[in-house]
Amino acid sequence: QLSREHQGITLRGSAELVAEFFSYGINSILYQRGIYPPETFTRVQKYGLTLLVTTDPELANYLNNVTEQMKEWLYKCIVQRLVVVISSIESSEVLERWQFDIECDKTAKDDNGPREKSQKAIQDEIRSVIRQITATVTFLPLLESACAFDLLIYTDKDLAVPEKWEESGPQFIANSEEVRLRSFTTTIHKVNTTVAYKKDSVP
Amino acid sequence: MAQFLFEADLHGLLKLDTPIPNAPPARWQRKAKESGPEPSPVGVSPMKPVNRSHSSSKTPSKTPGKSGSKIQNTPTKAGGDRYIPNRSTMQMEMANFLLTKENDPAEESPTKKEQQKAWAVNLNGFDVEEAKILRLSGKPQNAPEGYQNNLKVLYSQKMTPGSSRKNSRYIPSMPDRILDAPEIRNDYYLNLIDWSSQNFLAVALDNSVYLWNHASGEIIQLLQMEHPDVYISSVSWIKEGNYLAVGTSSAEVQLWDIQQQKRLRNMTSHCARVGTLSWNSYILSSGARTGHIHHHDVRVAEHHVATLAGHTQEVCGLKWSLDGRYLASGGNDNLVNVWPCTQGGGGDFAPVQTFTQHQGAVKAVAWCPWQMNVLATGGGTSDRHIRIWNVCSGACLSTVDAHSQVCSILWSTNYKEFISGHGFAQNQLVIWKYPTMTKVAELQGHTARILNLTMSPDGTTVASAAADETLRLWRCFEMDPIKKKEKEKANSAKSSIIHQSIR
Repeated sequence: QLSREHQGITLRGSAELVAEFFSYGINSILYQRGIYPPETFTRVQKYGLTLLVTTDPELANYLNNVTEQMKEWLYKCIVQRLVVVISSIESSEVLERWQFDIECDKTAKDDNGPREKSQKAIQDEIRSVIRQITATVTFLPLLESACAFDLLIYTDKDLAVPEKWEESGPQFIANSEEVRLRSFTTTIHKVNTTVAYKKDSVP
Repeated sequence: MAQFLFEADLHGLLKLDTPIPNAPPARWQRKAKESGPEPSPVGVSPMKPVNRSHSSSKTPSKTPGKSGSKIQNTPTKAGGDRYIPNRSTMQMEMANFLLTKENDPAEESPTKKEQQKAWAVNLNGFDVEEAKILRLSGKPQNAPEGYQNNLKVLYSQKMTPGSSRKNSRYIPSMPDRILDAPEIRNDYYLNLIDWSSQNFLAVALDNSVYLWNHASGEIIQLLQMEHPDVYISSVSWIKEGNYLAVGTSSAEVQLWDIQQQKRLRNMTSHCARVGTLSWNSYILSSGARTGHIHHHDVRVAEHHVATLAGHTQEVCGLKWSLDGRYLASGGNDNLVNVWPCTQGGGGDFAPVQTFTQHQGAVKAVAWCPWQMNVLATGGGTSDRHIRIWNVCSGACLSTVDAHSQVCSILWSTNYKEFISGHGFAQNQLVIWKYPTMTKVAELQGHTARILNLTMSPDGTTVASAAADETLRLWRCFEMDPIKKKEKEKANSAKSSIIHQSIR
C-alpha cells in the first residue's frame, strides 16, 4: 500500500479508481433506492466506510462486466458519462436519473510520469460523494412502484460498439428536479455527480 | 360454381375440426424444421408476429445490433414455442421511428444544419456528432415478483406490528404532562433539553433558555442571547446541577450559575456552532459543526485543554461514559468514535474505536449503566438502525432496524431496558428490552418528529421534545413500590457500612 502512494497516480491507476467507484456507487444506489431487496446486500469495508454490495450472482456479474468495460474506456479516455436510469417496470416511465460526468485529461496519455495526488486524498473525496449518495434518501421522492435500472454510457462517436452493447436514447425525465452532488478528481479523471428526479405533481 | 367452392372452404375453416388445407405450416412446425435459433427479428415488428418475415439482414443500418439481443427472448427456453413478448425490453419508439422515417434527408442549408444541431444538443444534452449513448443489454433479472420496495413500506406504515406480548408492568400510553415549547428549533443536529439532578428541566427555545422546576412547576427564564440572530444549539447540566453549560450558534460555550442566574464564563475556542456538550466532572467537552471536539477545564483560565479531530462533519452526539474513561462521539459523517480520557504517547488524542457501520448521521449515543463498556448508537434517516457495541473489543453486539430516524437513546436504571426517540412516520418513543432487543412498548402522541430525550433524576420519567413545539413527560420507568423499598434498603445498608468504617 505504501509504495502505491509514493508512486502517484498513473492513467491506469486512475481508470481503476474511477471504475471501482462506479461499481460501489451503483451498488449503493441500488440498495438505498430499494431496487433490489435489502437482504440481498452484504456489508464490506471500503474507503473507510461500510458499504453495501449485492450478493445476487447475476447482478454482480452484470456489474462486473460494466466495471471492466469502463476501466478500458476510461484508460482510453473515450467515455464521457455514465448514467443510472431508474424507471418503473409497469409504465416504463423514467423516475430517477443519476448522471456521472467524466472529464478526462487527455494529456495524461502522452506524458508517462505519474501525477502527484495521494491515494488518501482521493479516497476522502470519494468517501464524501458516496456518503452524499446515501444521504439523498432524505429528499428523493419515494419510488412507489417496482423499479428496474438501466446503465447508459456516453462514449465518443467513433467508438466501435462492442458485443452485448447497443445504442440508446438519453432517457431523460420529462419534468425534473436536479440536485448536484460533490465531485472528485484523481487529477486525470474528474467525476461530477448529479441526480435528477421526477417533480412531484401532487403538492 | 366458384362461389360454392369458396363457401365450402369457408365452412371448412369455420368448423375448425379439420386441418386447414393449404395453410402455411404452423409455427411449431416451422421451428422444428429450422436447425437452430435464427435471428428472428420479432422485436422490430411486434404487431405482426407470424406472417411477415422482416429479416434483419435486409436493413442492417436500421436495426443497429437490436436483433442480437432478441435472441435471448426467443421461446426456445422451457415453456414451449409460444412467443410471449417482453414489452419492457422492447424499444417501441425506436422501432416505430425506424420503420416510418423517410429514406432520403433533403438537402439542407448550413444555417439550418446549425439550427438542427443546436436543437439536438438542447434535447439530447450532448452533441450527437461528438458522442453516442450505449446501453448494456442482457440486463439481469429484476427483483423477484412480490418484492415491494422496502422504502415504501417503511415510510407509509401507520401501525407497526408491535409487541402483542403483554409486558409485566403497566406503562401509561399517555404522557404525564404536556408542556408548551414555542419557537423550539426544528433542527435534528441540536441538543436542546437536559434534566438536572436537582430536578430542573432546561429547555432552549431559539435564543432563550428556560428552566422548569419539576417539583413546583415553576418556570424561570434563565437567559436570552443579546444578538437576535444567535440561537442556542445545546444545553448540558453539570453533575451537581448548579451550573448549566450552554452552546451557541456563534461558537461560544457559556457557563451559567443557576443560584444567581448569572453567567460565569464565556469560553470561545470553536469556529462554528456548538451542537453538543457533555460533562466529565470538571471537564466539559463540546462538539462543533466543524467536526472538532474541545475539552474545557472550567476551573482554570486557559480552559481549552485538548482538541479531538475525528469527524469531518458536524458532531451531533457526545457522551462521556459513566466511569469517565471513554468519550463517545457521533457525527454527520456517519462515524462513531470512542476516545480515551487520556492522551496517548505523542500528546495526540486518537480514538480507540471507530465504527463506520451506520449509513446515516449518528446523534443518539448512550452508555449502558449496568454493563461496562457497552454503548448504544442510533442512526438518522438514511440508516434507522440501533446498534449495541462493546467498545473494548469493537464488536457490534446487536443491531435492530427501528424503521425510523433515531434521534436519541436513553438507558433505564430501573429496568434492564432502553428507550429511543423517532421521527417520521409515527414520531414515537420505543422501549426495548436489553439484551433480547424486543419491543416492550411504543409511546405515541407527538405530531412531528422527536428531537431530543432526557431523563429525570429518579429515572422514572422521560421527557421528549419534538418539532410539534411540545415537551411530553412519560412516566414509563415507574418503579414498583415494593421493589423501590428493596432498592432503598440496599442503598441505605451500603451507607451505614461506610459510616462504621470511618469511625
